[in-house]
Amino acid sequence: MRMLPLGAADRAAMLATIGAQAIDDLFVDVPAEAVLHGPIPGLPLHASERAVERHMAALSAQNLTAEQAPFFCGAGAYRHHIPASVDHLIQRGEFLTAYTPYQPEIAQGTLQVLFEFQTQVARLFGCDVANASLYDGSTACWEAIAMATRVTRRNRAVLSGGLHPHYAETAATMARFAGDDLCMLPTRAEADSDDAAVIAAIDGQTAAVVVQYPDVMGRIPDLAAIAAAAHAQGALLIAVVTEPVALGLIESPGALGADVVVGEGQALGVGLQFGGPYLGLFACSEKFLRQMPGRLCGETVDADGKRGFVLTLSTREQHIRREKATSNICTNSGLCALAFSIHLSLLGGSGLERMASISHSRAVATARALGAVAGVSVINHTWFNEFALRLPRPAADVVEALAARGILGGVPLSRLCPDRADLADVLLIAATECTDMHDIAALAAALGEVLA
Amino acid sequence: MPRYFTRDHEWIEVDGAAARVGITHYAQSQLGDITFVEVPAVGAVLVRGDSASVIDSVKAASDVYAPVGGTVTAINPALEEAPDLVNSAPESDGWLWDMDLADPTELDDLLDAQAYADLVAAL
Amino acid sequence: MNDINTAGWRPSLGTIDGAALPDTVTGNRALDLQEPLLFEIGHADRSGVDFDDVEPDVLPTLPRRAARVDLPGLSEPECVRHYTRLSRQNYAIDLGLFPLGSCTMKHNPRLNEKVARMPGFAAVHPLQPQSSVRGALTVIAELADWLVRLTGMAAVAMSPKAGAHGELCGLMAIHAALDARGEGDTRRVILVPESAHGTNPATAAFAGFAVAGIPAGPDGRIDLAALLARLGSDVAGVMITNPNTCGLFERDIKTIADAVHAAGGYVYCDGANFNAIVGRVRPGDLGIDAMHINLHKTFSTPHGGGGPGSGPVVLSAALADYAPRPHVVRDETGVRLVEAAADLPQAFGRMCAFHGQMGMFTRALAYILTHGADGLRQVSDDAVLNANYVLASLRNVLDAPFAGSGPCMHEALFSDHGFAEGFSTLDLAKGLIDEGFHPMTVYFPLVVHGAMLIEPTETESRAALDQFLGAMRSLAVRARAGDPALRAAPRHAPRRRLDETLAARKPRLVWRG
Repeated sequence: MRMLPLGAADRAAMLATIGAQAIDDLFVDVPAEAVLHGPIPGLPLHASERAVERHMAALSAQNLTAEQAPFFCGAGAYRHHIPASVDHLIQRGEFLTAYTPYQPEIAQGTLQVLFEFQTQVARLFGCDVANASLYDGSTACWEAIAMATRVTRRNRAVLSGGLHPHYAETAATMARFAGDDLCMLPTRAEADSDDAAVIAAIDGQTAAVVVQYPDVMGRIPDLAAIAAAAHAQGALLIAVVTEPVALGLIESPGALGADVVVGEGQALGVGLQFGGPYLGLFACSEKFLRQMPGRLCGETVDADGKRGFVLTLSTREQHIRREKATSNICTNSGLCALAFSIHLSLLGGSGLERMASISHSRAVATARALGAVAGVSVINHTWFNEFALRLPRPAADVVEALAARGILGGVPLSRLCPDRADLADVLLIAATECTDMHDIAALAAALGEVLA
Repeated sequence: MPRYFTRDHEWIEVDGAAARVGITHYAQSQLGDITFVEVPAVGAVLVRGDSASVIDSVKAASDVYAPVGGTVTAINPALEEAPDLVNSAPESDGWLWDMDLADPTELDDLLDAQAYADLVAAL
Repeated sequence: MNDINTAGWRPSLGTIDGAALPDTVTGNRALDLQEPLLFEIGHADRSGVDFDDVEPDVLPTLPRRAARVDLPGLSEPECVRHYTRLSRQNYAIDLGLFPLGSCTMKHNPRLNEKVARMPGFAAVHPLQPQSSVRGALTVIAELADWLVRLTGMAAVAMSPKAGAHGELCGLMAIHAALDARGEGDTRRVILVPESAHGTNPATAAFAGFAVAGIPAGPDGRIDLAALLARLGSDVAGVMITNPNTCGLFERDIKTIADAVHAAGGYVYCDGANFNAIVGRVRPGDLGIDAMHINLHKTFSTPHGGGGPGSGPVVLSAALADYAPRPHVVRDETGVRLVEAAADLPQAFGRMCAFHGQMGMFTRALAYILTHGADGLRQVSDDAVLNANYVLASLRNVLDAPFAGSGPCMHEALFSDHGFAEGFSTLDLAKGLIDEGFHPMTVYFPLVVHGAMLIEPTETESRAALDQFLGAMRSLAVRARAGDPALRAAPRHAPRRRLDETLAARKPRLVWRG
């Protein structure tokens, strides 16, 4: 087999050096009844590269992709165009097959990228500092709540109803085991975000207020007002950004008073990938530096006085602090952080603004076209690139019918809130710079047919 | 003022019912370059043996235990900017916190200077 | 004469002065190129992306930002050059051996990359109608089936994003099972061996447990008597690693599992070292209740400079019902994703958004199909053979504290015993860099002084191992003799030893100009 370089002669010579008769002798410590004497029965044996490729290609071909179909899905994962250079560069072996940069002398490539990434994320989010990535937006959201409870020494958090239900469920799962008390406002299909309800729910026991921006239906909360209300009670505002491209047009949460900004970086450089691997972004005020979860890369000098970078403040982390660590995270999302950073370096602030402008403009055109379909209304007052429609029939059925016509027509809110019959007629629609006018026309026409 | 020591290499200098606490020269030599000192909150009530402070060096985080019980009245303000004071002057300018003593008889269980010196010599 | 020029030819260019390395104006040294920061070379007005011509159509209600995000852009040629130069400052598996114990730095097959990028996997959205992604769901079901059968367990939770996340999943399942039995408030303690990886106690704490340590015995394995003595009605379970972090198989594992079960607890196994036994031993046969699998270790998905990983958790029948949402289910009616809380009433909750690291599933499945049941068995055979070869070859120059008690598994453990005064494992590790290798795992596990944990993996040839062993012998001799040049290593790397104290005392985490 092509991945196993040892030959029979090698094995024989090595056994001789070891002083063993057979490889089986090396497994002497395994309880005899647990040792399998041959390949596990019922499982296929090895296969050629060609056979494996064919098998996987056949499975790939069974899926309807965003490249084949007019595509309008969002709800926490966005399809943007990724320049060819990005994927080419992340496949360089020195990036792809490198290890975590614990030996900085031979990892300056990875470390400099992380330093640049941290700076990009901090600036994008309007914060002082950022970490070197977490797993994804949902776990970053949970880690932020955990940090807020440590920092404030309170254990209650208020979660806006505009928070992505998967993120809220993840936070609820973690809170159950941490003993934290979550006030989870309900998802509501209103024209505006639930700012007033969030503010009303903050009290003197609140560690953190969690608000998604733009929210799961694409509405844009007034973070400054919520920040003021949170700070008045000694609570932290955690802003959650699932579509970072939005920050090309709307203000960064840090500048509006958010103490911690977390998000999902998948939209830049990473791609849809059927749900993962994605990229957790975490940024905050400098005063929380030593309470931050995740790896941090810092600038320093070497013995010759040359600038260099190292992982730093490791004493917060699991391998040193063990049960008192700020997180148990070890492996994070390094290669995705690289992809994000490369894409953002190609865009620059001007390119990000342009990308955001086109995404928003296409969303506006989409809303106009779909709002004109009989029985369909746009719920939102405003949005960046994602908005909600109210349909005359259950949205899940409509989406199935659209898929049968070769169109990926958005995400029914019921997919995220299956127990809410009152939300069954809400459809989430996202558009980006990849959305062409004929895609919009195709969706509008198909929607008209399906609803007729 | 009398100074006492613990087996975990903390010192405590007593002035009536108040005291100042730090770590010894031996302790700082074992920790390596100190990068950060986390001190207890002013007003915190400590029980003897509690981890009251954590001292970070590059590769380790070491607990500093309260030698006696009491209430923290002050922390060393210089340590935030200059944690290296604990390396350079652990038994003077690198002090960690001041406290009131809840039960001065707890001092009886501590080592005096000679007993501590003997302890370190045997290490 | 040297290994590269065995014919001994010399250039016919007369005398060449090779005394000292000359300075250069640029600071570059031929192919060794210094690369500034993005913020030092990029410009706010520059961009390397060409967009379509689209007239802005902006909602008057959109709260627009006042000023652009201050981020520099690069043209495409500048970008490619920036990152290509940076990549050349990294060591990588593609360049050479990583003897990193517990990391399983095996070759990352390129077929994995091709398969992961097939559009039917790469360009599909996690919330598309399930009827449009049957092939993608089938990949997850196939991989899940392989993992369950390779481990002899009842079920697998596929959503955890990495090993530590998987540990959290396993412990939360245990907590949920205890809650269901009404013992969630009384059984609050998890027993963790002192030799465990730091994620273990950290995870136990995040899952709401207290941690009690169990010492290692003189043979490097769990002190069985200590563990049995600590079992009781307050113990939720034990987190063990098998093979353990000393590279040894825990012979008493069945005894331990039986005792823990009899005492009402569960057995969590850290699967980081699965490469030693994959295809030859099934953890389910040893009494394990939950084990995370690091796809980026055992199953060859790339380390990527620090992730992404994937940490599916195999579960026993006792814990299967508590697995988190969502599940991929395959039966006679087809394959589907089951997500709703109402459909999974005993699931302890949700670990993260969506349903798992699909990009790592495709890669791992390609790897598994390539090797098959026989190939995977050969993987563990060769991994263990290579590690024992390393142990046998070095034990006369380096102290191997447990070598006397039998063969090691897939990794060999050495200590700094016998090094000259003032010389440490760190010095030897930095010396290894100059010899063209990434250092081994150092100072872990904590139970051995100056630990050096070496895991060669099965994808190293004997020639590659012999070269590494030659370097290690030389370094061991130098460390025992106290060669001062070792304290200055590395000398040939892009950077010399870096000031980590400065980085921690005065943290500079972002560029400020």
